Amino acid sequence: MECRLAPENVGPFDSLYVGGGTPSCLPDSDLERLVQLIRDHFLFSEDTECTLEANPDDLTVARLKRFRELGVNRLSLGVQSLNDQELLFLGRRHSSVQAERAMGWAREAGFLNLSVDLMYALPGQEPGEWEKTLKRTLPFSPEHLSCYQLTLEPHTPLGRMKERGELAPPAPEAEEEFFLRTATFLEERGFLHYEVSNYAFGAEHRCRHNLKYWTRSPYLGLGPSAHSHLGEERWWNLQDISRYCRALERGKAPVAGRERLSTEQQRLEAIMLGLRTRLGVPLDLLCPGGRDAHVVERLRQEGVVEVRDAMVFPTTRGLLLADSLPLLFPGS
Amino acid sequence: MPHIRNFSIIAHIDHGKSTLADRMIQMAGLVEDRVFRDQILDTMDLERERGITIKSHTITLPYTSRKGEVFALNLIDTPGHVDFSYEVSRALASCDGVLLLVDASQGVQAQTLSNLYMAMEHDLTIIPVINKIDLPSADIDMVMEQIDRELALEPDLAVLCSAKDGRGVDDVLEAIVERIPEPAGDPANPFSALIFDAHYDPFRGVIVSCRVFEGRVRPGDTIRFMSNGAAYKVEEVGIFRLSREARDSLQAGEVGYIISGVKTVSDTRIGDTITLDERPAEAPLPGFKDVKPVVFSSLYPISSEDYPSLVEALEKYKLNDAALVYQKDSSAALGQGFRCGFLGLLHLEIVQKRLETEFGQAFIMTVPSVQYRFTLQDDSVMIVDNPQYYPDPASIRESAEPYIRATIIAPERYLGAVMKLCLERRGENSRFNYPAPGRVEILFDMPLAEVIVDFYDKLKTVTQGYGSFDYELIGYRPSDLVKLDILVNGERVDALSLLVHRERARPWALQVCKRLKDEIPRHQFKIAIQGAIGGKIIARSTINPFRKDVTAKCYGGDITRKRKLLEKQKKGKKKMKMVGAVMIPQSAFVAVLKSRDE
Ligand SMILES: Nc1nc2c(ncn2[C@@H]2O[C@H](COP(=O)(O)OP(=O)(O)O)[C@@H](O)[C@H]2O)c(=O)[nH]1
Repeated sequence: MECRLAPENVGPFDSLYVGGGTPSCLPDSDLERLVQLIRDHFLFSEDTECTLEANPDDLTVARLKRFRELGVNRLSLGVQSLNDQELLFLGRRHSSVQAERAMGWAREAGFLNLSVDLMYALPGQEPGEWEKTLKRTLPFSPEHLSCYQLTLEPHTPLGRMKERGELAPPAPEAEEEFFLRTATFLEERGFLHYEVSNYAFGAEHRCRHNLKYWTRSPYLGLGPSAHSHLGEERWWNLQDISRYCRALERGKAPVAGRERLSTEQQRLEAIMLGLRTRLGVPLDLLCPGGRDAHVVERLRQEGVVEVRDAMVFPTTRGLLLADSLPLLFPGS
Repeated sequence: MPHIRNFSIIAHIDHGKSTLADRMIQMAGLVEDRVFRDQILDTMDLERERGITIKSHTITLPYTSRKGEVFALNLIDTPGHVDFSYEVSRALASCDGVLLLVDASQGVQAQTLSNLYMAMEHDLTIIPVINKIDLPSADIDMVMEQIDRELALEPDLAVLCSAKDGRGVDDVLEAIVERIPEPAGDPANPFSALIFDAHYDPFRGVIVSCRVFEGRVRPGDTIRFMSNGAAYKVEEVGIFRLSREARDSLQAGEVGYIISGVKTVSDTRIGDTITLDERPAEAPLPGFKDVKPVVFSSLYPISSEDYPSLVEALEKYKLNDAALVYQKDSSAALGQGFRCGFLGLLHLEIVQKRLETEFGQAFIMTVPSVQYRFTLQDDSVMIVDNPQYYPDPASIRESAEPYIRATIIAPERYLGAVMKLCLERRGENSRFNYPAPGRVEILFDMPLAEVIVDFYDKLKTVTQGYGSFDYELIGYRPSDLVKLDILVNGERVDALSLLVHRERARPWALQVCKRLKDEIPRHQFKIAIQGAIGGKIIARSTINPFRKDVTAKCYGGDITRKRKLLEKQKKGKKKMKMVGAVMIPQSAFVAVLKSRDE
């Protein structure tokens, strides 16, 4: 329904990402209908990247094959860990065996573009444990890896455990160590560390869809609390499912809010996103008229950024500071 | 016409000056006991807090002597702090006699002596008064002995009293009328009056307090200030009771006030002579001088948006404090501000406190400085109180700093501790006197710069409260001065620069480096904090960079949230001062600048 309310004459699209809350748990028929509907309603280019997020325990070879027939050509598998204790801690329903089996099946079903989500820097985790998970993942030759450091968000069960002092997250130094070791480990094995948490086996395997977020390209989000971006505008849908549905039933766009970005806001976004990726930020955007150029120089000396061809790129260490670096360039 | 007596009470701090004044006011029947508020003369909060009388308040007390004669006793209150010694001297110049108050348990102290000398300079009748005789620890014989030997006054003439329970206060009043002479002067002579104080009243303008020496003044007369020739039409004259009481005239011998449309106290000069335009006095009264500030510091608003409000607050404050001088100043780190001159550290504190509490200002004050003197190769002389104007060291032939002569009186057992303190503060040329058994008077020549930095508090500490201190300026002496700069990440933080003796540079620099290290948040890069003289680094500390702040995920919906967070942080950052690439929170400046000495 929401498709019909979407802005007119958008597209053609060259990526589709079915994710957020693991769509793999939907029955096949629903999933098929969903993907079909979207494909029918919007114009897609020939070589569209079509990603589906899936949980290892939802899969069979047969299901995976049907996804392929639907046009899904990229599978993002929520493996998280190949250590059963860690999986338990993370509240996952699958075991390490199931996860490994799922990766194998993906290949069997013919997926040529497999992405695996992993999580590290868990409380009490030894770097060796984490390396084991990586080492057991690589034989499946994933084209793409997303390696997330565990963040204990305040309003999650784990976050509450942290507040009660039941969990001790790793010290910042340890987190840095994890991060740098991960990067080195994967780069040595031919991966391109192209965003804070994302690695591609060759530039062609970077996630086309996610790159759009970081390059501030237009995108359309469908479903509760989905975000969209077009031109100077961003908008987002109602989060509450029943309110979202009610809006649709009344034939209204389920939009919860929107904003029009000022030039300054666009600049800030470009900097904050550019510094998360190896795409970098143009020097004259960072330092309009040469302002704060000494800051760039200081960061360069410290090995936080590199400057090439009037572009500023974060180093691996720089990626770790991506959240605060934009503050050093307040602009006007 | 009643007889008149003009007098002041002089005393070392805490010996009971205010309490005695209150008691006399109470006895004069000006206030009902029921509504008697303790220490009526001290009205300012800060004075109350510190127990020091800063601004004088004068009062005329009616008194009928034991012989039945009617008197007007003019009690001229004096500030009780060396910062205001010129004001004290002008108040004393308006008197014919003083009560020299000595605490019966403490005995003679440093300020007792300096007060005595000042009273003697003015040829005043001195009445020694031993106060607090009610105290169990009162040692009247000892104090009598001190009065004899240390003050060279006649001990038998000392009046004993307790300002607290009122005992002997009538004897004090009687001694005033008996011993202090009737003021001289003739109402028929050309008018001359000495300004010893001035207050600002929002409704009436400046209220000038004066002692009339000759002649008579009435509303409608045109008066003239002899120092600058400014003329004003008199609107009102009168005397001070608990509030002002208008009169038809003020005449020779009397003490009172004149209101004449003067706009700010800065238009008056304490010590100036007022005369009448029509028939001026031949010469001004002696002793006038322009008071010059000796301590300087810059004031910067915490937030640059508050600059206009600081301007206004200073202007208003200045209406009532002629001694404060200020001019525009600016700092690369702290923005627009003011360079202020103060009579001393207490004066500085008063201004600071009042601007904060009464005027609601939030500001940063730089480390106080004295006025240094540089003689350059070309023989020209520069007086510099602001490190910003430090001349090129290569051009300096001689540097000099102001010295004081400190007088410290303490029980002999503290001699070692006091010596140590004074030597640490670069004291030199020490001399001792033993005015009485067990007591020592220690004289030291010391740089003023060492005294304006919490010297008095330190002295109190090392003598467990028994040491007393007084000083006078004795002029400039050659000194090995340097300009200490504080560099953050290689950039000079101008507001933290300091002119200082070479020996003092390193300890101070180390301390500043440490404070800044504690106060400046970690950055994305290593920050070096350095203390430097010229190009030479003499102290340093390092703030290690933080390692990680990135959150793992940033996809569609995270972007707006993240940007909003950044926008918020950017706003918070406005409260920080940028020095090069480093954000320095205001709190860092406050911490550095208020930490005088550890
Ligand atoms: N016991 C006793 N205490 C007194 C007497 N006079 C003053 N004091 C106390 O001594 C302290 C200092 O007195 P104050 O009048 O403020 O001294 P000032 O600094 O000279 O004005 C106060 O706590 C008074 O209450 C007295 O005659 N007897």
